[in-house]
Amino acid sequence: MSFLAENFPLIRDAFLTTLSLAVVSGICALLLGTLLAAMRVSPVPALRGLATFYVELFRNTPLTVVFFFLAFGIVYIDLQFPSRFLTAVAALALYTAAFVCEALRSGINAVPAGQAEAARALGLDFRQSLTTVVLPQAFRTVVPPLGNVWIALAKNTSIAAGFAVADLTALLQRLSNSAADELALVFVAVVAGYLVITLPSAYVISVLERRLAIVR
Amino acid sequence: MSATVLFDVPGPRGRRRQRIGSAVGLVFVLGLVGLALWRLGINGQLDPARWAILFDTRTNVPQRLLGALVDTLEVAAIGMIAATVLGAFLAVGRLSDHAWVRIPVAAIIEFFRAVPLLVLILFCFLFLPRVGISTSAFGALALGLTLYNMAVLAEIIRAGILSIDRGQSESAYAIGMRKWQVMTFILVPQAVRRMLPVLIAQLVVLLKDSSLGFIVGYLELLRTARSLVETLNFQFGPIYTFQLYVAAGLIYIVVNLLLSWLARILERRSRRDTKTATAEKTELPADVQMGGGGGPL
Repeated sequence: MSFLAENFPLIRDAFLTTLSLAVVSGICALLLGTLLAAMRVSPVPALRGLATFYVELFRNTPLTVVFFFLAFGIVYIDLQFPSRFLTAVAALALYTAAFVCEALRSGINAVPAGQAEAARALGLDFRQSLTTVVLPQAFRTVVPPLGNVWIALAKNTSIAAGFAVADLTALLQRLSNSAADELALVFVAVVAGYLVITLPSAYVISVLERRLAIVR
Repeated sequence: MSATVLFDVPGPRGRRRQRIGSAVGLVFVLGLVGLALWRLGINGQLDPARWAILFDTRTNVPQRLLGALVDTLEVAAIGMIAATVLGAFLAVGRLSDHAWVRIPVAAIIEFFRAVPLLVLILFCFLFLPRVGISTSAFGALALGLTLYNMAVLAEIIRAGILSIDRGQSESAYAIGMRKWQVMTFILVPQAVRRMLPVLIAQLVVLLKDSSLGFIVGYLELLRTARSLVETLNFQFGPIYTFQLYVAAGLIYIVVNLLLSWLARILERRSRRDTKTATAEKTELPADVQMGGGGGPL
């Protein structure tokens, strides 16, 4: 226990890095994913095609490969992220956006056709019926899947450790030379760190789900 | 809701506007691609001689990449088979009538779904050797992948078992089968068959996750590309780096696309087949598709 107390500042910093990594890339992924979902249902075939291509590409690419390319690949087209943290945020956001789009699209499909038809009958155009009628309802029905994407994102931040971001998982590698019983403690602390993020999230999601569920 | 109710079928003017907009967009995207290619060209990365190394058998590069692909597929295959078998057992355990079986099994499933996959792999890689269980990078990766995927597949198979018509188990009981017989001969085979598209989709996720081997130093595609770069840099200087990275990444993507495509074909087939047809669509949830320990908690 005293081992953990000695290394408390390290653990706290690592936890905060993981948390901010998850939050920042989560917000970016939500924005990009919503845009992609809107593109996938848009009237313009080119936009639909582009969004479908994006989702198919990222769904079939390992997150590690995305990280790898943003960390080591883009220097060859003379681009460079200012910090490793931002590289990780970009990789996580680009990857997760594809899954946010998938979750949202299933939500859009779950809104009854009558809603969109009524919106159209009132004279709303595509943008208006999407932003004022369909998407608000879609967001309410996708709270559970979107919340699960958030939890998966929080766990996926661990991959940033392989690309020199000092997060919770990197702490494992850093303290891996300590004695066996101390290492076990470190593992417990790290898993607890992730649970501190995911357990309350799961609780909030279930509360939101109950509050926001649409009774049809 | 079909997305088409969201907008009118565009008229001639609307179609013209869309075409113009699409053309402008296309020019913009092509411009970005062109810009990237131009920068690559300036840096000499498009030189055919540099790409030729990927097919030059004298340098051992194609052999190493092919070997890495086989190794990657191997760890994924072992993980998939072990995870499916263990997952089926856990699924049956979680449906048991006895609380002393059901509760520990549920705890195991929830635990392995809650831990990030990379932490699980690192646990196998860094901690198990300390307590006398020696694991290679391969062993740690395979064990980590198996433990996580077994928990995910257990939930998938359990859902499959629950979705089978009650008449199946009732008639099995009626002809005098025992509980374990109903499970092993009637329910599990039908559930696995019905879940086949989802199992293939999970294989894509598992294959994606096998790239985590890069971090623990297992020679999968990315790590092999990295080590090839190091040897080639030593011989020729750093001129083949980009080409090797692109090759490794592309192999991953192409194999995964092929598997996804197979999963889709199987799904369409099983939906046509009246014996396995399910009312609801069988698809992996988005968070499970993300890999790396997706799944609610």
